[in-house]
Amino acid sequence: MTAADRADEPVGGARTDARRPDRYGPPRVVACPDGPLLVRGDVEIVDDDGRPVRRHRATVALCRCGRTGISPWCDGSHKAVGFRG
Amino acid sequence: MTTTSAQVRAAAQMPFPTARGPLGRRLTDLLARTPHDAGAGTRALVLHAAHAAAGVADVLHDDDVQLSLFVLYELHYRGVAGVDERWEWDPDLLRVRAVLEEAVERELRARVDVPQGVPAERRAVADALFAMTAPGPGPSTARFVARRATREQLDELLVQRSVYQLKEADPHTWAIPRLEGAPKAALVEIQADEYGGGHPDRMHYALFARTMRGTGLDATFGAYVDRVPAVTLAAVNTMSLFGLHRRLLGATVGHLAAFEMTSSLPSRLYGDGFRRHGFGDDVTEYYDEHVEADAVHEQIAGRDLAGGLAEQQPALVGDILFGAAACLYLDDLVGAHVLGAWEAGVSSLREPS
Repeated sequence: MTAADRADEPVGGARTDARRPDRYGPPRVVACPDGPLLVRGDVEIVDDDGRPVRRHRATVALCRCGRTGISPWCDGSHKAVGFRG
Repeated sequence: MTTTSAQVRAAAQMPFPTARGPLGRRLTDLLARTPHDAGAGTRALVLHAAHAAAGVADVLHDDDVQLSLFVLYELHYRGVAGVDERWEWDPDLLRVRAVLEEAVERELRARVDVPQGVPAERRAVADALFAMTAPGPGPSTARFVARRATREQLDELLVQRSVYQLKEADPHTWAIPRLEGAPKAALVEIQADEYGGGHPDRMHYALFARTMRGTGLDATFGAYVDRVPAVTLAAVNTMSLFGLHRRLLGATVGHLAAFEMTSSLPSRLYGDGFRRHGFGDDVTEYYDEHVEADAVHEQIAGRDLAGGLAEQQPALVGDILFGAAACLYLDDLVGAHVLGAWEAGVSSLREPS
């Protein structure tokens, strides 16, 4: 870092530089073979009425087999029912 | 030589457990002193450890060996109450540990079945791990707890698990600085969630402490170590064995993958057992959290961590699968002990001393 860069930084406050890319990049959804959809990044998950579903962790797994007991999240049931997809 | 308060810490440390044999008694005497004062006593203990390890019929069920190893490992975590902190890196004491570790590793490698011919490919390794951990119809502690466990057996379950779950995630964290690239990011992603994602009260071991307190148990780490049988200690010691040796990095990764892959479905059943006895969310939250969290973790652990490491370092495939197989083998041994006792109508714990 050069002295000129340092001079541009706000002192003691949050950085608001719009040129900085989003730290986590674009949201990403991984379709796990025979398993859930793994969701990383800033994605709003809502129910049928558009109400946000409370997210308990940074990376979440959405059920894809339809047999979960904690919808919309995965609870591993795909393994018990032999889901393929 | 006197020790300073910086060298002996009392807070959050395991109370020194009661020795279960000659090796443990010698270790207890030794660790009451400082490494400086112990003189030749430590080197003599190396020979006693070798004798103890050679003379046992079944090292995984041997109380004296497993408790001694548990104490030696704890020096690398939070320490043991009253024990000088310099013992952690005493070369002669490390040799004592090495003698016991060698016996445990040799026994595990001889006993567990490791799938052969799995290619060092992300998908193949993940598939092999999911196949090894697929839910089966056999006897299960979780199903017993859901349907039949008495109130006292719920306490026993928590006491059995407390020697690990009050330091949950710590043994696998040793692997983080030994990884690089995508597998490192994957392990950090899992562990960050294990440690509450920045919220101390959401740390998994903190949730487990709440479960213990909610049922009236003492949530101090090691409070019940005297009640826990050798085989339970062996399962925890194996995690430390894998975690503390860079040589066994693949085994740590495989162990974590198998652990995560066998958690979600049983956790729901454990929670059901506590709900059946009328316990509320404060007690079941630990299990409810694991139903959801470990369904995420198992995907990351199987694919990005284990699969990713296998592609990065193909020579580790065998150890990744060995670590997973060892996890499952010990889980079965502990389960057989606990269920065997409960089916016979007796306690799975040791008598209070």
